[in-house]
Amino acid sequence: MSKVFAKSIWVYHFAASPCNNCDIEILDTLTPKFDAERFGVKLVGSIRHADCMLITGALNSKVLPRLKRILKQAPEPFFVIAIGTCALDLGVFRGSYNVVGPVDKHIKVDVYVPGCPPKPEAMLAGVVKLKEKVLAGEKKKGVKKL
Amino acid sequence: MEMIFFDYIIFPGILFTLAAAMAVSWIDRKVTALLQWRVGPPVLQPFYDFWKLFKKETVIPKGGSVMVFLLSPAVSFSALILVSVILLKTTLTSMAYIGDIFVVIYLLLIPSIAVIMSGAASSNPLASLGASREMKMVLSYELPFILAVCVVLIKTGGITDLAGIVAYQNVHGAFIGSLSGFLAFAVTVVCFQSKMAQVPFDIPEAEQEIMGGAMIEYSGPPLALFVAARWILMALLPLLITMLYLGGIHSALGILKYVGVVVLVILIKNTNPRLRINQTLRFFWGIVTGVAAVSIILAFLGL
Repeated sequence: MSKVFAKSIWVYHFAASPCNNCDIEILDTLTPKFDAERFGVKLVGSIRHADCMLITGALNSKVLPRLKRILKQAPEPFFVIAIGTCALDLGVFRGSYNVVGPVDKHIKVDVYVPGCPPKPEAMLAGVVKLKEKVLAGEKKKGVKKL
Repeated sequence: MEMIFFDYIIFPGILFTLAAAMAVSWIDRKVTALLQWRVGPPVLQPFYDFWKLFKKETVIPKGGSVMVFLLSPAVSFSALILVSVILLKTTLTSMAYIGDIFVVIYLLLIPSIAVIMSGAASSNPLASLGASREMKMVLSYELPFILAVCVVLIKTGGITDLAGIVAYQNVHGAFIGSLSGFLAFAVTVVCFQSKMAQVPFDIPEAEQEIMGGAMIEYSGPPLALFVAARWILMALLPLLITMLYLGGIHSALGILKYVGVVVLVILIKNTNPRLRINQTLRFFWGIVTGVAAVSIILAFLGL
């Protein structure tokens, strides 16, 4: 795995039916006060440009097919960060009739950031964890036709 | 023959232009960061972004035209490399290189055409929206830009090659010193702001609204070429402004002028909100074209 992937992480934000608290904290992380651009982190609007997906919220049966469809379009190497208690283990929504389980039951998650909602510092720590993981691991690349 | 390959690939061509464009892109991001009271990215950040995009997978959308989809970034990139070779060779050798100002104007249109092509080939509604907005943008800013260039041609008395324009200014003083030259300079800065798709006029891309417009379906190396083309545009257009109105970049003062124009562009970008497409069209065909016409009349009167 090349070192550049650790130095330039463009994130895509996927809100899988959250209560919006985590999303607001993600936006806080990207504001000038915390300056995520120091680490090469940039928010992009299209999954095709992204290197990393931030998933917030308790996955439910409506969102899951969309999540899988979007992830299928992501260019490799691609990483997933699950943010917030709901994404990690459903939090207060555990046992609800429409939730289909934590995120890592359905897709591979690289970094977990717990908290309800996690503080911006915790998310930056998560990004640093992802960097370490990128420098250690190996993922494939090539051309994918949809 | 070997000399031409050297020109295109190594010295003023691809390698040097990319390095310079990355430096300008870093200046852009750093000045933006400083304006927002934060640290900003490291010096090599544009290189990391470019290299990372080159190493990523290419995703080709279903239903799009694969050939046009993959070729349009290359078309945009190579046209800008040609412009870069013409401008830098003219500056370095102080002689007319292959092209004059008309060739540069035509070549600077090609990146916009490439954006339209890529938007049409992506089979994505947001991409076609970006392409249609880009068409409207080209229609709006080309007229005042060409009128402003006419001011330069009137002032030089019909010298069309860039080296001649720069040499004329070195003898008679930079055009920005006169009233008509100053108005034409202001018009060109505004037009180039929209040619670069920088913030008051980033309507075709509009990250927050249509997610990058025509670029939305691109990933991997084609996206890297598109992004690099944006950076090169950001480095070349201030250079062209410096050559047309400020007397070229031969001296240390000239390089300061160039950096000044770059910072001016960044300041405009950071202090203005985005316009809508109809407001942009009215702005360019109304006040900007009006100012350009006034500056042409003033140039005829010798002011």
